[in-house]
Amino acid sequence: MGKTDTLNKTAEVRTPAENPVDKYLRMDRMPHIWCPGCGIGSTVNCFVRAVEDAMIDIKKLAIVSGIGCTGRVAGYMNLDSFHTTHGRAIPMATGVKLANPEMNVVVYSGDGDLFAIGGNHFIHAARRNLDIKIICVNNFTYGMTGGQVTPTTPQGIIASTMPYGNFEHTFNLPFLAESCGAVYVARWTAAHVKQLTKSMKEMMSKKGFGFIEIFSPCPTLFGRRNKIADGLEHMIQFKDKCKIKKGASAKEATFDPDNEIVLGTFVNTERKTFMESMNDRYEKVFGPKYVRYGEE
Amino acid sequence: MKADKEGVLTGNHFLDGDHACCEGAIAAGCRFVAGYPITPSTEVVERIASRFPLVGGIFIQMEDEIASSIAICGGSWAGKKSMTVTSGPGLSLMMEHIGYAAMTETPCVFVDVQRGGPSTGLPTMPAQADIMQARWGSHGDYEIIALAPNSCQEAFDLTVHAFNLSEKYRVPVLFMLDECVGHMTEKVVIPEADEIEIEPRKMTNKKPGEYLLYETDDSMVPEMVHAGEGYNFHITGLTHDERGYPNLTVDTQAKLVRRLCDKINKNADDIIMYEDFHLDDADTVVIAFGITSRIAQHAVNMARDEGKKVGFIRLQVIWPFPEQIIRELAGGNVKKFVVPELNLGQLVLEVERVVAGQAEVVSVPHAGGTVHNPEDIYEKL
Ligand SMILES: Cc1ncc(C[n+]2csc(CCOP(=O)(O)OP(=O)(O)O)c2C)c(N)n1
Repeated sequence: MGKTDTLNKTAEVRTPAENPVDKYLRMDRMPHIWCPGCGIGSTVNCFVRAVEDAMIDIKKLAIVSGIGCTGRVAGYMNLDSFHTTHGRAIPMATGVKLANPEMNVVVYSGDGDLFAIGGNHFIHAARRNLDIKIICVNNFTYGMTGGQVTPTTPQGIIASTMPYGNFEHTFNLPFLAESCGAVYVARWTAAHVKQLTKSMKEMMSKKGFGFIEIFSPCPTLFGRRNKIADGLEHMIQFKDKCKIKKGASAKEATFDPDNEIVLGTFVNTERKTFMESMNDRYEKVFGPKYVRYGEE
Repeated sequence: MKADKEGVLTGNHFLDGDHACCEGAIAAGCRFVAGYPITPSTEVVERIASRFPLVGGIFIQMEDEIASSIAICGGSWAGKKSMTVTSGPGLSLMMEHIGYAAMTETPCVFVDVQRGGPSTGLPTMPAQADIMQARWGSHGDYEIIALAPNSCQEAFDLTVHAFNLSEKYRVPVLFMLDECVGHMTEKVVIPEADEIEIEPRKMTNKKPGEYLLYETDDSMVPEMVHAGEGYNFHITGLTHDERGYPNLTVDTQAKLVRRLCDKINKNADDIIMYEDFHLDDADTVVIAFGITSRIAQHAVNMARDEGKKVGFIRLQVIWPFPEQIIRELAGGNVKKFVVPELNLGQLVLEVERVVAGQAEVVSVPHAGGTVHNPEDIYEKL
């Protein structure tokens, strides 16, 4: 039986000790703060399984979050975990990775955190091809602060600070990531757990700057204002509207709620990382007296 | 512990303050620097960028100062002594992370080579106008340590000390040069590595499971761990308990914030550093720091030559403020304190607070851009 199969057995009652994801979670911090119907928890479940499938040494795995509902992920993971300031998870992750290159560093944060206040850091970390992985739970809103508009809010959607419907242009995050130089770019939804888990595993097993965007319901602050009854209905909408396309271009990954939404892996390529480029450059200049940084 | 030989440029040098500060950081064991260029501080990171590849350090020019100031927190928790370098506008951007470093008890050093402000102000000209911002700039109650060198030699020596204090107290330390000290060139003697005292990071001996991230003893300073060691620690800027877990209660807040302040305030005697001259018979005392202290020294000498009973305190550590000595002097024979500084009167507020009406306090302000004339200070003596 594949790992993902067990995922579908949520109805089965297990004691905590039996659940394979428990050891990755801080069970002493449960219950978590997420609302019923929120998609963040299921993405965490996928992440944990991906880490296990990729056989990553969890002693060398660090997770960094910004501020927001998704920003709380770091606090629930039983890893070296950093809850930082709003928008600054990526530069924190940069510091961790550069100071200890042995670490696998994952940034787990929200769309507002990563692409409004933190957008500049995303752009430059991708450009540098820093060997860190970014998981963005995109719930199209600022959940933690009460449902304000974000750079990823679709047009026409009601938000607390767009009471007459959002009229700003919506960010296409995969396209942004690709154009900045990310070597792995994918988009899934919290309803596509098998594909998401596989994709996370694929990204975690790669060197370089990886990015996964995950659409997620926020029934409390997004759904309620936009006539989506609950998290389940939003998940069903995702399943209906989103189409998985092999080899799709990130440029197509626009978000228009009235049209088909493209999911899939848009970029999976190779490029020298920041550290590799740095080491190669210094080695060329200094010759054998240079000790390559972070390579045993 | 003594400094690691690697990277210590033992010998006599002719260096500007910025370069001396860079050498001090390397000698102190700093091996992660994240920075963003800004006059008059850029020479520090330029030298770091050229020196680090061969001493096993890593430098990154970040996209802005907000990024630099949190990257060094990450660097510190991942096991490297870490520093960032900036000037006024950049320091303003770093404020949130000075608070974050204080809250998470992250040892790190913020170098601020002060220029005229507010805003873009006088990029290439001196000021000492970030003194209150250094102390109060981030929101909430917290304490930091701030040092101010007045020579290129001290830019080296006190940078080493800044790292030592940040490790000992697990607190962000601000190293406040001014443009004059940063850009003037003087003889700098770098000692042998085994003559440089280094404060080792206070790492725990406890095993995962026995260890709590913010458990403290009488020192009020918790033991540290690094990423990758298997402790699965959690740090957060939220109010947190000894485990490091968020705990948003009145009691936890009081306990945490008081300890963060107490660990500095109750150890002030250990942290405070100043030089004093002629205090024994003084009825007037000048208090100054940084480049202004060198002009003040001249004014004090002029007054002494005329037989005036003028004493002098030259602060090397500005925060915590040396309350005790000033209070004692004010309660004794000193009738007047004179406080020249390259701002419109910041540190003088602190002197007034401590003197509390027991003596006259005279400010000798200057809006910055150049230094005082010794006569400006002498006239007040
Ligand atoms: C500097 C700063 N500005 C604003 C905030 C307030 N704030 C906290 S969370 C948040 C938005 C989070 O939204 P998002 O990243 O989309 O995450 P979500 O809560 O939806 O998961 C904001 C604006 C803050 N904590 N810090």
